[in-house]
This record gives sequence, structure tokens and C-alpha cells, in this order.
Amino acid sequence: MDSLYILIPVAIFVVVLAILLFFWAVKSGQYDDLESQGKRILFDEVKPKTTAASNATVSAKAKADTHVD
Amino acid sequence: MTACYHCGLPAKTNIQREIDGQLLAFCCIGCEAVTQAIMDGGLENFYQYRDEHNGKADAEHNDFEAYDLEVVQADFVSVVSVSALSDSYSSETVSSTDSTSPAATDIYDAQLYISNISCAACAWLIENYLLKFPGVLAVSVNVASHQCRVRWDKSQCKLSEVFLQLKNIGYQATPASPNSYALERKKSAKAALLRLGLAGIGMMQVGMLAIALHAGGVQGMSAHWQSYLRWASLIISTPVMLYSAMPFYLSAWRALRLRHANMDVPVSLALVLAFTASIWATVSGKGQVYFDSVSMFVFFLLLGRYLEMRARHASASQSEDLSSLIPKTVEKLIPDGRKVVPLSAVNLDDHLWVAAGAVFPCDGVVLEGRCAVDESVLTGESLPVNKTQGDTLMGGTLNGDSAVSMCVTATGEQTRLSAIKKILERAMQEKPHYLTLADKLASRFVLVVLGVALLTAAGWFYYAPERALWVSLSVLVVTCPCALSLASPAALTAGISRLGKLGLLVSSAQFLERLSAVNHIVFDKTGTLTTGDLCIAKLRCLGKLDQEQVLAIVAALEVQSEHPIARAFHSVVYTKAATSVVVEPGLGVRGLIDQKNYRFGRADFASEHSVLDYPGAGLWQLLADDQGPIAWVLLQDRLRDSVKPLFGQLQAAGMQITLLSGDRRENVEAMGRSLGLANSIAEALPQDKLQYIQQLQRRGDKVLMVGDGINDVPVLSAADVSIAMGAATQLAKTHADGVLLSNNLMMIVAALQLAHKVNVKIKQNFAWAFFYNLCALPLAVIGWVPPYAAAIGMSLSSIVVVLNALALRSTRLTALAKVR
Repeated sequence: MDSLYILIPVAIFVVVLAILLFFWAVKSGQYDDLESQGKRILFDEVKPKTTAASNATVSAKAKADTHVD
Repeated sequence: MTACYHCGLPAKTNIQREIDGQLLAFCCIGCEAVTQAIMDGGLENFYQYRDEHNGKADAEHNDFEAYDLEVVQADFVSVVSVSALSDSYSSETVSSTDSTSPAATDIYDAQLYISNISCAACAWLIENYLLKFPGVLAVSVNVASHQCRVRWDKSQCKLSEVFLQLKNIGYQATPASPNSYALERKKSAKAALLRLGLAGIGMMQVGMLAIALHAGGVQGMSAHWQSYLRWASLIISTPVMLYSAMPFYLSAWRALRLRHANMDVPVSLALVLAFTASIWATVSGKGQVYFDSVSMFVFFLLLGRYLEMRARHASASQSEDLSSLIPKTVEKLIPDGRKVVPLSAVNLDDHLWVAAGAVFPCDGVVLEGRCAVDESVLTGESLPVNKTQGDTLMGGTLNGDSAVSMCVTATGEQTRLSAIKKILERAMQEKPHYLTLADKLASRFVLVVLGVALLTAAGWFYYAPERALWVSLSVLVVTCPCALSLASPAALTAGISRLGKLGLLVSSAQFLERLSAVNHIVFDKTGTLTTGDLCIAKLRCLGKLDQEQVLAIVAALEVQSEHPIARAFHSVVYTKAATSVVVEPGLGVRGLIDQKNYRFGRADFASEHSVLDYPGAGLWQLLADDQGPIAWVLLQDRLRDSVKPLFGQLQAAGMQITLLSGDRRENVEAMGRSLGLANSIAEALPQDKLQYIQQLQRRGDKVLMVGDGINDVPVLSAADVSIAMGAATQLAKTHADGVLLSNNLMMIVAALQLAHKVNVKIKQNFAWAFFYNLCALPLAVIGWVPPYAAAIGMSLSSIVVVLNALALRSTRLTALAKVR
């Protein structure tokens, strides 16, 4: 039972850390868009086809591809 | 009929295109062009992944060049410092960084607002499409707030090109100038989430300790350990009480200062008393602690309110200022030509040049030229108004078919548009105050609970003084209005999300409660009951040709024109071809078909030599050739398909209906008659509309206003509850309580039914909460309720309330209830 003397303060410390982490996450905007982020992962596999627009230069294509990774 | 590949509206047979081996049909060339642009970009997967159809692509030309001016950019563009470049969009999705690093001074961030983003696929499309263009360095789209951040290199591309690219794939972008309303909303959403999260973590921790305490209470535990666990609970629940619960205290304090009680008064009372007593019990080592109950209470309440707020915020459209209706730059006529200047540099008596399809920047008179002006947003007038030299022009209205020069007579605050703003301010102040059912009950509830608690304390004081405090405290905790205060947010949240699925977005918390009391619905005409497009209503041949031939000739003449009258004929399958077509602004169109001259338009234009009397009221146009008149065509604003069934159901339910329009008397009265309406009011100016609504309200009517134009904005704000059409001007949407995205008016019936059901649900929830309190109260009074029973009772009663409300999500909407 004496272990509770250490464990409860440790638990409180961990809770404080969790709260700080949560506050940081909210303040940095991670909860701003809850709807679409979950679906974005579905598009990771989908690369824009490299037939590309006539005015898109080679560098632009490379750019778009690096983004997907 | 097949549906348009892009927007899902009925497609036309003559607009088809083979793209990537598929034959796709479209409703208009706008949608066709958008799909082509998306396919060309290699992004056709968009169509596979999107959740819903896109909006119809707007073929309307927009002049984006103004966005290249630094004066205009000042509002929404910021220069990116060299150090900020490395942080690269920390929180949001990083879309790209360029490998070549251009001079840092040329890199800018623009914050854009894109109203028609609907799902993650839109975000993917926009990001990938824009990144293909040289000079665009990074794009990040936030679907929830409809914001898009673009980082671009000024030395490589212009911002107007970014706007143009967005338009090419069907997205209307506007600068997201920082506006206090949206910022405030974002801030309050973040604060609410922080409070909720803290309360949730706190509740779980305290709950864990509470299980040990409750078990100890039953089995017995040493005072030493009990005290230790109580102190730990106190430490964890203190931030919950001081930070998370703060909105309740503030709201209760505000209500008390205004000498009325809202739901937050009993909530705060229960929280503060239970918490202070628990602290005292912890310090003194006597009595009982309720840390778990209060933390749970705070969390449940915050959760209910957070969900309700999210449902509302999801639909709140970006607040828009009147000024955003007006172009930010104008073309000023100077002695040696024309010069683009910012709007702020325009003075009285300046001469301006306004192109066809552009918006008049301020009030003025026509100097030279002739044009047809679409004034529907300001006046409700359904037909373009012909203007010639000396006629007045209003800022914010749309120049239809040809460029004119104008002389400025009023700018800024003096314009007609700004006058509406002043009426709007008055209307917002005078909106009737509405006391929710919850608030009405709250004040009585507080009195009853306090009375019972005092009587209990007094009774126990005689019987067993040492228990008096703890028993009366348990009375307060047991009757703690958790279920009571969740009763209405839970039902409202379920109702709002159900309405969202039906295509009616709700932005006001009281929308459903107010809607259930409505007994009088006032409709605007142009753009609300009608689509704002003209259609062919009657065709009267004068002998020479039959109807089909007449239509074919007119369609051939009008095929190139984008004038509203011409658009009425675009759906006609044209079998003839016209050559040397000339559009005479404000008069009509003439051209050569099969070597014969035809003229179509006003009677005095089509048949110059023999001027005929018009066959009746309305927009009659005449087709004539060199020999004389051939046929009369009557054009009418197209009535939405859903109007007739809507009015049928509303009238059957005994709802009073009024048509309140700024359009001409003959148009309004004809429509009123054809729909069987007793009340129709025509030619109403914005202030007349406001007066009329307020008169109804003084008579005791609860008014629902349905409208779309700028001239409806004051009445939308003043009515007890209001709905704007999905195609309405942004300003009308912002000031309405709900937005009918689908433009299907039958949804109003569904909303009325749902409002009624939500109201019933709220009452059921209250009844249950009272029933629970009634059962628990006697037990608490005689001192039989230990802390763990209070905690269990509170959570169970709350869960019942929430589950009952969730039933609304699948409830069937059948018949419309009779109006009381």
C-alpha cells in the first residue's frame, strides 16, 4: 500500500503532462479541422497523373510528387 | 435524363465531351470546362473520392486583376520572413516546399476563403492542382473553416492567376480578410475544447480515485488513506472547477446581475456549494466529498454545449461585410484614357467606366451608353432594368450587357447599399427577445431546490445537528441539474445535425425552439420562390409561323448572348443558325436566318413601323421580320418546383403565408393569385419590409422569414427566425438563422416538423429530469443517499436524457402539425 505514496503523485504528474500536451495540440491548431484529416490518408496513394497540364513545368511535377510522399 | 458529371444537375444532350475515353454529359459549358481542367491536371481521381456533387460551376466572369494591387492585398496577404520559411506550415498539412529557394523577399502568404469546399477530396484537388503552377510554393486547405492558405513567389506568378486557377476548377475564392466575427468564433471553439479536454482528463482521474473512496466507504478504510485520496482528488479537480467550469459561473453572474435566472444559476450554485463543502470535508476530515460528481457534472455539461456549438459553427458561414459586394478597384476615366484606381480614391463627380458583367462600385448616373442592370439583390426586381443617359445607378448592382460610363453621385456611407446597413443595425437591435424553456424553468427550479435544502437543514438541525449540513448538501448534489441542463442541448444538437443532413444548415442556437412557435411565414419572391432565371411562359403566334419555328428562330438569335432573356431560350434545341447577330443593349437582338432579317425584343424595336400594344402585363417580347410581327413571347421568372407542394402543405396546416417582395405590383399579384395567397405585398423597400414584419410581431405573430437578397437582410435579422436560400447573397446567409443549401423549399416543412419533434423531446427530457429529482429528493432529505449513489444517479439520469435525444436522428417526419 505504501507504494501509493509514490504512485499517486506520479499519476498526477503524468496527468499534468497529458494536459499540457493536449493544450499544446489544441493551441497549435491540430483540432481545427476534424472532418477532413481522417480522410486525407485515403489520398496518400493517389498520385496526380503525370500527363499533367500543358503549362505545368517539369519542376512543378516533381514538386507535386514530393508532396505526396 | 443523365446527370451532369460535375454538379449532378440534369445534363443537356448537346453538351457532351469525350474525356479519357469516357463520354461525359454536362449541364453547362461552365461545368464542362471545370471537368476538363481537372482532367488535364491529371486529377480525375477527385471524382472518385468526393463525398457529394460539386456546386454548379459559375460561368460568370470575375475580374481578378484587382487582387494584384498592393492596396487590395494589404488585407489578406502577408510577407513571409526568412525564418518563417523553415517552419513551413507547422500545424496544418504541409503540402510542399520548393527545392529551389527564391529570394525570400518575394515570398508571400495569402489567406483565401473558398465557400464551396465540401469535403476532403476538394482539399486534395485544390492543393494538387495549384501546386502544379510555377510560383506556387505551398497550399494548405482547411475544410472545416473553408480557408485556403497559399504561399507563392511574387517574382514567378501573380496572385490573380491563383484566383483564376481556382476558378478554372470550379472554386470561387475571395480574400479572407481578418474579420472579428470569424476570429471570435475560432477562439471560442478553441477555448471550449481546452475546457472540455481538461474536464475530461480530470473527471477520469478523480473518478478512479473515487472508486477507491467509495469502496472504502462501504468496506471501511483507515482515515489516513481516506484523507490521502481526498487530497489527491482535490488537487486534480481544482483546475476543473476553476478553469473548465468558468463559463457557467460567468453566465450565471451575468444573468443574476440582470435579475433573471438561467440554467447556469442552479448549475453554478450546485458546483460551488458541493465543491466548497468537499474542500471543507477534506481539510477537516469529516463529512463527505463529491469531487467525482462535480467533475463529471462539469464534463457532461461542457460536452453537451461543445457538441451543440460545433453543430452551429459547422454551418455558420463566414461573416461578410457589405463592402465585399463592391469591387475593390474601379476604372476611372481620365483625360487620356482609363486608369485602374482603388475604390477609396474615388470622389464625388468622378467619371468611371464600368464593364459589362461588372458590379457598380458606388451610386451614380449614366453618362454615356445604355445597359440593362440586374438590381435584384437590392430591390427584388426580377427583370433587368434598362438604363440610359441620366438614369441612376446603385452601387452593388450588376451591369448586365454592355459597358457604360457613370458619374459618381454618392460613395461609401452615402450609398443606397450603406443605407440598408443602417436599417440592418436597427433590425438587429429590435429582434424579439426569446426566453428558452430551459431558462424559464431554471428560475423556479432554483427556488424550489433552495427551499427544500433549507427546510431539510432546519429539520435535521433539530433532529441531529451534526448531520444537518451534510444531508442538506446531499440534497443539493442529488438534485444537481445535470439531466435538466442537458435536456435541451442534447435534443437541439440531435435536431441540428438532422437538419444538416436534410440540407438546412442552422447557425443560431435557438433556431429550432423558435421555429416550433412560428405561425406566420413570410416569403420573398425573386430568388426565393423563383429561381431568378427567366423561362418561357406563353407563346402567342400571329399566324405566319408555328410555335416550333418561332422558338427555333429566337433560340438561334439568342444562342450567343448571356442576357437573362437570352438564357431562357438556351434550353431550346436550336435547329437553325443565325448570322450577323447584333445585340442592341436594352432593346433586343437582330440577325439573319435563311436570308431573312429577324428582330426579337421590345415591341418598338422589333417592329419599328407598326407599334403594337402589348398583349398584357408582364415581360412580353416580340419577334418580327421585315414584313411585320410574327409572335409574342411572355417571359416569366421561373417558379421553383417545390413551391406548390410547399404552399399546399403549409395552408393545410393553417399556417399564415405572406408574399413580401420588392418586385413590381403586377408580377407579385399575379404570383399571389396563382398560388392562392391572401396576402401579397409588392414594391416594398427594405424599410417597408422591416416595418411590415415588426407590425406582424406586435400583433403577436411569430414570423419565419425566407429570403435571399440584400434587401431582405434587415428582415432576416428582425424576424423571429429566418432562413436564407443556398443561392442567396453571402450577407443574407450570414444574417439568417439557417441556410437552405439544397434550395428545396419542401425542407421548410421538414424543418417545421422536426422543430415540433425537438420541442416535444425537450419537454420529455425535462419531464424525466424532474421525475428523477422527485424520486431522489425524498431519499436525500431523509439522509439515505451516500456520495456514490449521487454520482451514479446523476450519470444514469443524464444518459437517459442523451439517449432520448439521439432518437431524433432517426425519427420519421410525416405530417405537419396544425398551427396553434
